[in-house]
Amino acid sequence: MPDDRALVMRRVGAALSSLRSREPLPVHPEDGTGASSVCASAARANPVAAFVTQLASVGGRAFEAPAPLAEWLTARGFLRGYCDREALGALAGAFAPPLSLDTRFMADRIDEYDFGITRAAGAIAETGTIILNDALTSRRLGSLAPWVHVAVLKRSDIVPTVSDAIRALGTDPYVVWCTGPSKTADVEGILIQGVHGPGEQLVLLT
Amino acid sequence: MTREPFDRFAADQSEERRSSVRGGAKAGHEARGRALEADGVPFDRLRSLAARIKQHTLDHLDAYLRAATTSLESRGVTVHFAADAQSACGIVTDILDRRRAIRVVKTKSMVTEEVELAHHLEQRGIECIETDLGEFVVQLARDRPSHIVKPIIHKNRAEIAATFESHGLGPYDDTPEVITRRAREFLRRKYLAADAAITGANFISAESGRLVLVTNEGNSRFCLAATRCHVALVGIEKLVPTDRDVGALLDLLARSATGQRLTVYTEFIAGPRGVGQLDGPDEMHVVFLDNGRTQVLASDCRQILRCIRCGACLNVCPVYRQASGHAYRGVYAGPIGAVLSPLLEEPGRRFLEKADLPRASTLCGACHEVCPVDIPIEELLVRMRDRAKRSGATSGSTPSMGAWALVASQPDAWRAALSAGRLLAVLPGWLGPEPLRAWRDNHALPPWRGGAFRRWLEKRGAAHAR
Repeated sequence: MPDDRALVMRRVGAALSSLRSREPLPVHPEDGTGASSVCASAARANPVAAFVTQLASVGGRAFEAPAPLAEWLTARGFLRGYCDREALGALAGAFAPPLSLDTRFMADRIDEYDFGITRAAGAIAETGTIILNDALTSRRLGSLAPWVHVAVLKRSDIVPTVSDAIRALGTDPYVVWCTGPSKTADVEGILIQGVHGPGEQLVLLT
Repeated sequence: MTREPFDRFAADQSEERRSSVRGGAKAGHEARGRALEADGVPFDRLRSLAARIKQHTLDHLDAYLRAATTSLESRGVTVHFAADAQSACGIVTDILDRRRAIRVVKTKSMVTEEVELAHHLEQRGIECIETDLGEFVVQLARDRPSHIVKPIIHKNRAEIAATFESHGLGPYDDTPEVITRRAREFLRRKYLAADAAITGANFISAESGRLVLVTNEGNSRFCLAATRCHVALVGIEKLVPTDRDVGALLDLLARSATGQRLTVYTEFIAGPRGVGQLDGPDEMHVVFLDNGRTQVLASDCRQILRCIRCGACLNVCPVYRQASGHAYRGVYAGPIGAVLSPLLEEPGRRFLEKADLPRASTLCGACHEVCPVDIPIEELLVRMRDRAKRSGATSGSTPSMGAWALVASQPDAWRAALSAGRLLAVLPGWLGPEPLRAWRDNHALPPWRGGAFRRWLEKRGAAHAR
């Protein structure tokens, strides 16, 4: 296999050798970047309330208990779903027929699932973002392919800001932040939800 | 007609296309403004931090490339280096061939466009499907993207619907929602059948070896859930020192690009899939690409490498809004492209072919004002004009300064020229030397006022003498 490592490194070294001064490593402000100071202070004061507000502002929806969630799904005809085994406990038996749940995800039948229920590793209050990872979700497709994704989220796992979430990235090889449903504005700038990922992003708080 | 190539592209554009681009760019710029204002973002303070993070990384790129390689390898990622486009395509093809991969899905990535990777793979019998909706349309229509963030900003729904129809994606329907659903159905099959996924990267943290990808549609998530092999092609300037630095840049990227606080999906990828995870790649490669970047790093325009590809400078640029991205004749359009495209080319013929781009600017500096990494683009454009001149680039529309110098250095000739200037207003447009004719095709002259000051001064002198 061709590899130009030595060549590229030599070129980089040569390009930098003529620099008279080099920019020092900048110091980050102690209290974060203050990017969204307005939302960040609300998020620090009450992370759960701020998260619910911001989730709604990006097109998502939070449920405080499993029964209203089951009702919402049933009313819209989202009847068949996949539920990660680990998330099953959070539903507390609220999912009765006509709702049906599979705990094994079949990749060759992805279009048959109306919704997918998986656990979230956390959430960011200031942006309404939920955090998924490989450790807590056994199937990446389960949270992605169905039209509706339900993230089961512990209130105590919500962090106030983006900087906090960066610090909490941990060692998982795959962490994805989801800020609302999948979106595009490629066609004449018109916003359409549900392009390749979920068209509805729901959260069940526990 | 001796117009510059840029002007020819701009002039030949249909009014329909011009209005799509102008409308889309303007909407993007306004969304950015609203997002910054609504959250009370301390933009100047934040962008100064972002600029210093990127400049620091560039100034120590040798050390950070070594650090990134070490941390990526410790995460089980195979790291490759490609000096140019040909080498990059070769490395990716070898990886795919070893896995006998013949179906590939890819996400939107400027550097894969730059090395024409999809084209290269298709020539070798490997199917390579673009999965970003805009890029998918561009691929079907055999067109080229015209904006860094919104590749089909130049197309309206009718054109897109016609493209879908002619490729068997259902009967003609130009409802944006129907177009989107059809792409969803079609591309799902492609993800699930694919052997490998090709992506770019928005950032790589040298310290943690985390590769960061942002998308709104979720296509990149699907690529990394349904396939078993992930190949990321990444320009060497995408490095940042730490995860914390990634956070600071994320605070600016989506706000600048689309007016969102965060892009819908931000993926942090550190190696093949985790233990117990059933979906996703078990093999991951990062290919670091030079392809002219070290040449830019050695130049007096190295700040351009700070660019995080948000597209804000395109949206605000009065020239881009009129001319559209295709006038820039390369992957990178707008003010950023006017600097970067010629710089990435080899000195000589290839450079000269793009030497008109830095002149496609009014030097108003709006691009600098909105840049989230504080690149002094207008200054770099002037440096690039100078470089073009020194490299012997000819200029299509600016008349030579020789005649002006001759007139301006002789008082009698100057006086005569000032009086003769009045004739310009009455002479027909076709009269006069070629550069002047070309110029007058596109410009309306204000009424001639030459000589007024001298006449005023003479009268005043005469009055004082009395």
